Amino acid sequence: MGIFFSFSMIIALVVIAFAGVQLANMQFIFGVVIPYAAIATFLIGVGFRVYKWGRSPVPFRIPTTCGQQKSLPWIKHSRFENPDSTFDVVVRMALEVFLFRTLFRNLKAETREGRVAYGSDKWLWLAGLALHVTFFVVLLRHLRFFMEPVPFFVNLTDSLDGFMQVGTPHLLITGVVLLLAAVYLFFRRISIPQVRYISLPADYFPLFLIMSIAISGILMRYFTKVDLVRIKALTMGLVTIGPVETDGIGAIFFVHIFLISILLAYFPFSKLMHMGGVFLSPTRNMANNSRIKRHINPWNYPVKVHTYEEYEEEFRDKMKSVGLPLEKE
Amino acid sequence: MAKTTQPAKPEELSKIDYTPPATDWLETPVEFKPGTYCHGSRIKYLEEVGFPNPREWAPSDEDWKLPANWKDIILEGMKERLGKYRSFQLFMDICVRCGACADKCHFYIGSGDPKNMPVLRAELMRSVYRKYFTTGGKLFGKQAGARELTEAVLKEWWYYFYQCTECRRCSVFCPYGIDQAEITMMGRELLNLVGGQTDWIGGPVANCYKKGNHLGLEPHAITSNIDYLLDDIEEISGIRPEPSFNRKGAEILFVAPSGDLFGDPGTYTAMGYLMLFHEIGLDYTWSTYASEGGNFGFFTSMEMAKRLNYKIYAEAKRLGVKWIIGGECGHMWRVLNQYMDTWNGPADFMVEPVSPITGTKFENAKGTKMVHITEFTADLIKNGKLKLDPSRNDHLNVTFHDSCNTARGMGIFEEPRYIIKNVCNNFHEMPEDTIREKTFCCGSGSGLNAGENMELRMRGGFPKASAVKSVQKKYGVNMLANICAIDRAVLPPLMQYWVPGVSVCGTHELLANALVMTGEKKRTQDLRLEDLPGIEEEGEGEEEENV
Amino acid sequence: MYNGGKIIAGLIIFFGLVTFPFYSNFGKTANKVTPKLDTPVINQLEKKECVKPKEYMRTEHMKVLDEWRDEVVREGKRDKMIVGGIEIEKSLQNGCLKCHSNVKTFCDVCHTSSGVKPYCWDCHFIKEEGLL
Repeated sequence: MGIFFSFSMIIALVVIAFAGVQLANMQFIFGVVIPYAAIATFLIGVGFRVYKWGRSPVPFRIPTTCGQQKSLPWIKHSRFENPDSTFDVVVRMALEVFLFRTLFRNLKAETREGRVAYGSDKWLWLAGLALHVTFFVVLLRHLRFFMEPVPFFVNLTDSLDGFMQVGTPHLLITGVVLLLAAVYLFFRRISIPQVRYISLPADYFPLFLIMSIAISGILMRYFTKVDLVRIKALTMGLVTIGPVETDGIGAIFFVHIFLISILLAYFPFSKLMHMGGVFLSPTRNMANNSRIKRHINPWNYPVKVHTYEEYEEEFRDKMKSVGLPLEKE
Repeated sequence: MAKTTQPAKPEELSKIDYTPPATDWLETPVEFKPGTYCHGSRIKYLEEVGFPNPREWAPSDEDWKLPANWKDIILEGMKERLGKYRSFQLFMDICVRCGACADKCHFYIGSGDPKNMPVLRAELMRSVYRKYFTTGGKLFGKQAGARELTEAVLKEWWYYFYQCTECRRCSVFCPYGIDQAEITMMGRELLNLVGGQTDWIGGPVANCYKKGNHLGLEPHAITSNIDYLLDDIEEISGIRPEPSFNRKGAEILFVAPSGDLFGDPGTYTAMGYLMLFHEIGLDYTWSTYASEGGNFGFFTSMEMAKRLNYKIYAEAKRLGVKWIIGGECGHMWRVLNQYMDTWNGPADFMVEPVSPITGTKFENAKGTKMVHITEFTADLIKNGKLKLDPSRNDHLNVTFHDSCNTARGMGIFEEPRYIIKNVCNNFHEMPEDTIREKTFCCGSGSGLNAGENMELRMRGGFPKASAVKSVQKKYGVNMLANICAIDRAVLPPLMQYWVPGVSVCGTHELLANALVMTGEKKRTQDLRLEDLPGIEEEGEGEEEENV
Repeated sequence: MYNGGKIIAGLIIFFGLVTFPFYSNFGKTANKVTPKLDTPVINQLEKKECVKPKEYMRTEHMKVLDEWRDEVVREGKRDKMIVGGIEIEKSLQNGCLKCHSNVKTFCDVCHTSSGVKPYCWDCHFIKEEGLL
């Protein structure tokens, strides 16, 4: 159900962009207006979403501790699994953000003959990391369309990415890996019954979107080629907020940039916000030092308590009978 | 108390079907299966602490007698909490449903019910969050995974938020650290706003509030219970410790989970505390007012938890102690480590804890002034202050169960192991994926240790039991040590059900078995008044000599 | 605890990275690069034409070169062509560069501007011929 819905959405988006350019000559809308609107939505949306998170305080210090606490000096402290200082927290977060440390821990539990057995299961980690790293590299490579002259690190990335020197123009590995990773994650989602059961349209849609972006990009680079010089003129026009010409650019480019615009605009309203969320997760970004330093809850309020006086009042005779010391005889 | 319903035989229960139902989860109504849920709270328990909507009710009732505006109460409550807890707001927003948490939950592994996958348990609430608090959910409804809050949904929340022990294992495996415990806590707070309390939690909370401990032991009952323990200690060792109660001017206040004063095998652990403190001559006192380290309030609402926790610092202040030692308890230490100081601190009326025996400064507790007893004891052993005879535990083949809360809400792994390795000759770890931060819950934490939900408990404890079984087979393990009072109460029936032949004990029971006390008589019995190994043969030997 | 400062700092860094293309180009104007066709040979051509139509060559020239390479090296088809009145070989140096002798102002302007690094010149040494 969710798959069909999401897939039809993507097809509709592709058709809209294609028809809009081919039939209605709306190059300017798809190449200029929508990208600007999308980037604005992205920036404002992400900002607002993070602001909304930031508005809620973290009342308690609740790190999930995944290693030995710092206690007696002769007990080996597991610094980055159970950090007690800001530096250690930064390392823990860096491992999480750059290497997906937690997913690396993943296990698979199987119940056989009345026993539970566990095996390492790192495919999700591998595919997840591949998707995110290649996405980042692809973004970095695309800076060549937005910088004049092209900075050395972009050229370097391109050379490294195309080091196999296969084909003309040479094959860039990251684009292919990005697509494969997205495809794997899709098949994982539908082939594991539990994961399929929990999946919503909002889980398939971003995957299809990323796949369609990667496919349109690959098509453009290797198959139905487009005029890069004109595209660069357009993209530079966009980032310099200057005049933009859209003539002579193939429709597929507009499909590509439209899908990216959709991704940008969809981002702040979706689960894709996990990108910002991972930094704010209180179970990961806090030091386990609440026995050392008091954590302040900004909305801590006085509560009704049962005082010792009330307690003694109720049990005075019983306390007296067993010789317990009393405040009031 | 509640009647115990016996679950099916282990062979039956371990046949678990993991195939999700054919119908979408949004369209699969909740079914209250007997043996998997607790009774609704009695009126008096709610009244005693001022919780809303006290009434006669049973979860299986068609009509829950909710207040007329229950929906507004819940939605208002959600809004308030989204604004108060970043964890809640964030965890509603950022889940990508990757499923990494799915097979990490002991209830899912033990039941195969997809709504016990942490991700889906959270979606039960997220779906409502989307409907009322997000634009996408308002616009696209079901396509965005949103649904109306109805009475059926509320019942589903109740059923599944009381099938989560807040053990945080899922949050170890979630790439964003999403902690189902946080969502369950919010869910239970919301349910409590309309009277959705269980009897097994409501009772201890009311007891603890009025009488100072979950079991409702009144002051004279506490002293007399400890008197019984002293009798046993005297019988075993020939020494009668003289603990004090509510004594002003003591150096240290000792707070234990009240379970240790009540039933086996917790009482053996309490005997362990008494013998240790006597042997080192510690200047300490018990309190009958702050006679509970645990905190069932934590399973109802943050406010209630704070109200119960208040007693510890208040009593420390009244008695004028310098610092506090806390006994072996799981969620108690989650609370003491992560919440107490924030709620009821600062504890500036005490001093930084220093062991009077070794002079060691407990720098990791310099803020709360509260030291875990295994930290305290490990330091004693390390400094050679205790004379130990581990051979007295030679009849035991020990493994150690890390309690969820001390594992994932604190990280106390080495201290208890260090003690056990010094007092026992036979120690074996369970498989590495079932201990430390990856430890499995006993299946009965967070107030689920009632009698009427025995099937649920046996299912939830299945992964842990399975781990114990593997070391029983491999090494002949016959003793499951831990540092948690709930464990000591609930693991014995779990072991009896899944792994017969394995007993359960606290770490300080093992310590006291091995502790050679000054002036003690020759020990022939362990703390359970059972003969020590080798006693019979030795006895015979002596007789022969005499002849 | 809000950690507002850290959140704002994080957002600023993120926005800084995302909007990098905008502010790093601030005040610049986009210029479309145009390859120069002004070489002695081209100027003297009878007819200003290439081996394929201009629009095709704009996007597919690398494919033409690739095909030529295969035809010549693998299949031995070395037949020559008449383009614009002069004879050329299926060859980069003896074909394309015959007319487009201005590598710097013809090939490189677009390639450099688009960050394209064709590996033609890894093998074809053209320095001594004064083309680079």
